[in-house]
Amino acid sequence: MSSTEGRLAKNNKPPASLGLLEWIRRNLFNNLINSALTIVSLALLFVIGRAVIVWVFFVADWRPIYSNPLIFMVGQYPREQIWRVGVSLFLVSFLTGVSWGRWRGIMRSFAMLLAGGYVVLTLLPVGGLMGSLTFRLFFIGNVAVIYLGFLLGTRTFVTGAWVLIGWLVSLLAIPVLLRGWGESGAIPIVDTTMWGGLMVTLLLAVGGILLSFPIGVLLALGRKSSLPIIRIFSTAIIEMVRGVPLVTILFMSSIILALFLPPELRIDRLVRALLGMTLFSAAYTAENVRGGLAAVTEGQIEAARAVGLNNFQTTLLIVLPQALRAVIPAIVGQFIALFKDTTLAIIVAINELLNIGKSVLQSDVEYLQLQFEIYIFVAAIFWVFSYLMSFASRRLETALGVGTR
Amino acid sequence: MSETIILCKDVNKWFGNFQALKGVDMEVEKGEVIVIFGPSGSGKSTFIRTINRLEEHQQGTIIVDGIELTHDVRNIAAIRSEIGMVFQQFNLFPHLSVLQNITLAPIWVRKWPKEKAEEVARQLLERVGIPEQAEKFPANLSGGQQQRVAIARALAMQPKIMLFDEPTSALDPEMIKEVLDVMVELAKSGMTMLVVTHEMGFARAVADRMFFFDEGLVVESGTPDDIFKNPKEDRTKLFLSQILTH
Repeated sequence: MSSTEGRLAKNNKPPASLGLLEWIRRNLFNNLINSALTIVSLALLFVIGRAVIVWVFFVADWRPIYSNPLIFMVGQYPREQIWRVGVSLFLVSFLTGVSWGRWRGIMRSFAMLLAGGYVVLTLLPVGGLMGSLTFRLFFIGNVAVIYLGFLLGTRTFVTGAWVLIGWLVSLLAIPVLLRGWGESGAIPIVDTTMWGGLMVTLLLAVGGILLSFPIGVLLALGRKSSLPIIRIFSTAIIEMVRGVPLVTILFMSSIILALFLPPELRIDRLVRALLGMTLFSAAYTAENVRGGLAAVTEGQIEAARAVGLNNFQTTLLIVLPQALRAVIPAIVGQFIALFKDTTLAIIVAINELLNIGKSVLQSDVEYLQLQFEIYIFVAAIFWVFSYLMSFASRRLETALGVGTR
Repeated sequence: MSETIILCKDVNKWFGNFQALKGVDMEVEKGEVIVIFGPSGSGKSTFIRTINRLEEHQQGTIIVDGIELTHDVRNIAAIRSEIGMVFQQFNLFPHLSVLQNITLAPIWVRKWPKEKAEEVARQLLERVGIPEQAEKFPANLSGGQQQRVAIARALAMQPKIMLFDEPTSALDPEMIKEVLDVMVELAKSGMTMLVVTHEMGFARAVADRMFFFDEGLVVESGTPDDIFKNPKEDRTKLFLSQILTH
């Protein structure tokens, strides 16, 4: 009896954690085979790492990037109008900062990621003393604007509703600002044929994500609907789009659509490409969301009905939050795929980042042998953004407690 | 003079070709505590689920608080906000905190302001004995605590009737009592309750009447005294001997 009490009362400590050397000995050199594997792997890492570093810093010729940073960023966008791109980016940075200040939590991660992205851009090898200086100052300025936004966002008079309105207005205003209006004046029209580079890649990706997500959710709900017409319509769209390659959809949206519409209703080239990508991504998002809907148990729906929620409230408050949370990794995977698929817009003559890389390659005979450098650079930019997205996805999962609640 | 709050007449229900309810009659008066028991698959859960129309009956009449259950969605909505339900598997909303679980329906269905809903929710958590758990999420609570939150969530709509579908069957033995204590307190406060359970101690303590279901029929009904001391049907005797002796 007393010994039991003694054991109950004693608060045993967990075993002390291993020191670094002990950890290495136990995990990497615990027997002959593992020791050999460890040594071989380290040697391989060293050889590959050394080769990469030597190539990047001493062998590679980065002149095409060094001399054309703005081409890679905005394509042929007129240089005297480039401030409009700058203002748009400042606006996004500012609102991200305000959102961080207002909501903290996950928004902090997003703000940090954006700032990290800017820092990466300031490190790019770009040339010309003045050009390089303004280029770097601009991105550092964006980091500062994020922080200013944060300071404003922490003030109590900044309510969540205002921040949301700010985002909505900005997202509508940015394309208008970039395109402009009137032949002359302060903000003349810059035709989308002049747009290009990372700007177009990001516009297609962000626009595609923001539009395809709600459409995808609606299609998924439609496919599960009890109304036969909505169900058949949603299923037909999803299956038709999923059965066709994205290239085909881009062709159809950019060429065939124009043939059917009256000439005075000419939709912009870039918008047509965006619509094609949105439709494609929405169909895949719908299937991902459908998987999440299936994961919500019947008991949840019964409990919602039993407390008196109607069908709409049950879907909005009970089913969707649980369904979407369950499929964040799949949806973000779909968005990363969409981001990389923006390169396919090349076939409808959109000057996105990869196409710009090709143009730069062909712009100078000396560059023709530097295709490796150019494509590595483009690939690196794609990798950085894709990785930031998957990093954000994991942060979002942790913040929402996927798998723990 | 007592008033009838639930009236079921000749209720029939099929799942495909299988007849789950075969003409069930029941009349419940306001403030009565009814215990429904019987072997699994006897239709007892199906029956109480027809009362708030989680299951649709195909023949017969169900009238709750003067409203007949038909296909009219307004009637169903009206009845559901009068009836609270507690499930065997709790069915708390895992993405919402305890407080949000309880305030959700009052805010969205009753259109109460958030402050009022939260005040009522905290009083209810006090009543079920777990005021300190308000900010936690369901996954961080024990089964008994989750079921008590589920009871508070149902009570938040200020229902006239509470349905319990095997509320203690999914609980560890040491947690059954904490849930039954809450139910006993609720019964003594005058709530009309229909409870599907095999907790015969609970039935003895607070039930006004008991109904024994088997194969979709009410085999026998009566006061706990009648059922325990003087069961008329052989099937009732057999079933009681099985659940009372182990």
